[in-house]
Amino acid sequence: MLKVPRTILASAMAAGCVLAAGAGASVTAAGVAYKDVADMLIAVMVADRTVYTKKVVQRLAAKEKVVKASEHYDDDKALPLPAQMFRFGAEHVADNTDKFSYSLLSIWPINKQNAPRTELEKAGLQFVAENKGENYYGEEELGGKKYFTAVYADVAVAAVCASCHNEHKDTPRTDFKVGDVMGGVVIRIPMSE
Amino acid sequence: MNRTAQLWLVWILLTIAGGGVLVAGMFYGGPTRAKLLIGETTSGHHQIELACNACHTSAFNSSEDIENTCHGCHDADLNAAKDSHPLKKFRDPRNADRLDKLAANKCITCHTEHRPNITNAMGVTLPNDYCALCHQDVGKNRPSHVGLGFETCASAGCHNYHDNTSIYEDFLEKHAAEPDVKDEPVVKLNTEKIESAAKGDPLSTIGAADAPDDKRAGADVMAEWLATSHAKGGVNCSGCHAPKAKGSEAIAASWIDKPDHKVCATCHGLEATTWLQGKHGMRLADKMLSETQGLYGLFQNKPLSPMRPELARLPMQSKAAHSELTCTSCHSSHAFDTKQAAIASCSGCHADEHTKAYEGSPHHKLFLAELSGNAEKGTGVSCATCHMPRAWMEGPGGYEEVLAANHNQNANLRPNEKMIRSVCMNCHGLGFSIDALADPDLIKRNFDGRPSAHIESIDWVMKRLKEKGGQ
Repeated sequence: MLKVPRTILASAMAAGCVLAAGAGASVTAAGVAYKDVADMLIAVMVADRTVYTKKVVQRLAAKEKVVKASEHYDDDKALPLPAQMFRFGAEHVADNTDKFSYSLLSIWPINKQNAPRTELEKAGLQFVAENKGENYYGEEELGGKKYFTAVYADVAVAAVCASCHNEHKDTPRTDFKVGDVMGGVVIRIPMSE
Repeated sequence: MNRTAQLWLVWILLTIAGGGVLVAGMFYGGPTRAKLLIGETTSGHHQIELACNACHTSAFNSSEDIENTCHGCHDADLNAAKDSHPLKKFRDPRNADRLDKLAANKCITCHTEHRPNITNAMGVTLPNDYCALCHQDVGKNRPSHVGLGFETCASAGCHNYHDNTSIYEDFLEKHAAEPDVKDEPVVKLNTEKIESAAKGDPLSTIGAADAPDDKRAGADVMAEWLATSHAKGGVNCSGCHAPKAKGSEAIAASWIDKPDHKVCATCHGLEATTWLQGKHGMRLADKMLSETQGLYGLFQNKPLSPMRPELARLPMQSKAAHSELTCTSCHSSHAFDTKQAAIASCSGCHADEHTKAYEGSPHHKLFLAELSGNAEKGTGVSCATCHMPRAWMEGPGGYEEVLAANHNQNANLRPNEKMIRSVCMNCHGLGFSIDALADPDLIKRNFDGRPSAHIESIDWVMKRLKEKGGQ
């Protein structure tokens, strides 16, 4: 089984995965499986993303209408969109560690820079879109480095996810509904030699 | 020793001595350093080109070390501009193949210094069609862009590699219908009261000027000072000339005839900080050394001298050639007249067409109208209104934003689209602003007339919106 060195495990824990690790991953003296680390990371990401979407954006913008959520949140004095919130987190992580990275991609991207680019991204996003509830794992080499890459479905957890994407002028798809797979989260962990 | 051997010895010694002088000049500074520049520097750095250590922090530093110096000076501006291509985007391994084509994670990939023959506008040393390396398929989603040359991406009003805050698509759409001149053309920040930095007792309670007898100024200087907010706020002579002294003896002992910007900075921190970031003050910023300590005391740390118009690359008044630029060069000591600093101080040195055309221009007429009380506060437009505008900026310590005049004249100068939001759109519509800034002749005439250029970016946005709406 592919194992992660303990330093990477520490990073995962620092990212807030302590509870997830204790809940089921097989932590050994030698380390923990790459897949398990990725699964722990996605658990935290999905939790934060869902909470922000439901408890903040959907509640205050869609339901109570006391504040707007906008792509141009600064100019519009509004809440950042859940997808932006997620990206800011990914950028913050990238600023602070190279032990792992993650991105939010889609085969129906509003910003075309977020379309799949690597072969694994293409295969993984297609797989999670067609096999609801399943994840996609693999290895790839990018820039001379080997990565363990995991792709998880990104599901429309609230009506605002679907409606916002359907109505955006740059969207290539307009029939999303709650519960649909709209894209995927790609987590990469550099593999030790 | 025969004559040939003697000549050889002399030649070797002279070569070692000459080489030593050159190497010392390169590493430690001094008069030979200017001759050793490996190529003319860009307009952004030429004023500090003899402070080699500003970028080359050590004799054998790595490109990463140089990168760090770029970030040290420019990151705050890039963050404020919501950099469209921040370093963090290129840290994602999925962009590794792109970095192979263009190492966009390094400043020096696009901005290489000392290469005048390949330096384009904004200090870019790549061919101007570099966008094609990553965005060659732009036509797939933007049919309007099919057939456009990639060297035109950064044309005024279209795209900017770093700062798109005033030209992004939705912003263009939002402001598409604005008139050339807004209904209430007022620079609102100029109508707000800036909190006084003076913390002393008002003059009425502290009595007369506290300069020692042998430093007493004439009646004209006293009159100038008494009219200032310094006097009204309790900033006595010692406030600037002996800032840390208490009591007449201490004031006399620590008296400074000509206080520098560091003294001003004790109360006007943000103004001084931004001034040191711009072209007027950058030579006086920390660690700008023309000579660094070394060789057993032969060389000492020597800061660069203040900027002088004779060092500028822009046209300057010959009579001001040797004037040194400090806070009081523009604000004049004792009077600190902001109206003088906003126009006359600028034209006292600058002699380019744009400056010379200001007097009598529409903006100047507005300034005179406000000055005479015939127009509302905030309607006048001076040099400083556009080139040192007030802005909410992160204050000392980063605790809160503070309203102050941004004394970094370069903060919103080039590319001139940077002025659209911070300056032009106070009074003008977005479309008019973009067109005006794209017309070099109109800029030379100091905006006397209408733009002859038209940038189609707003037209394209509205056309696309209409087409999308019709689907």
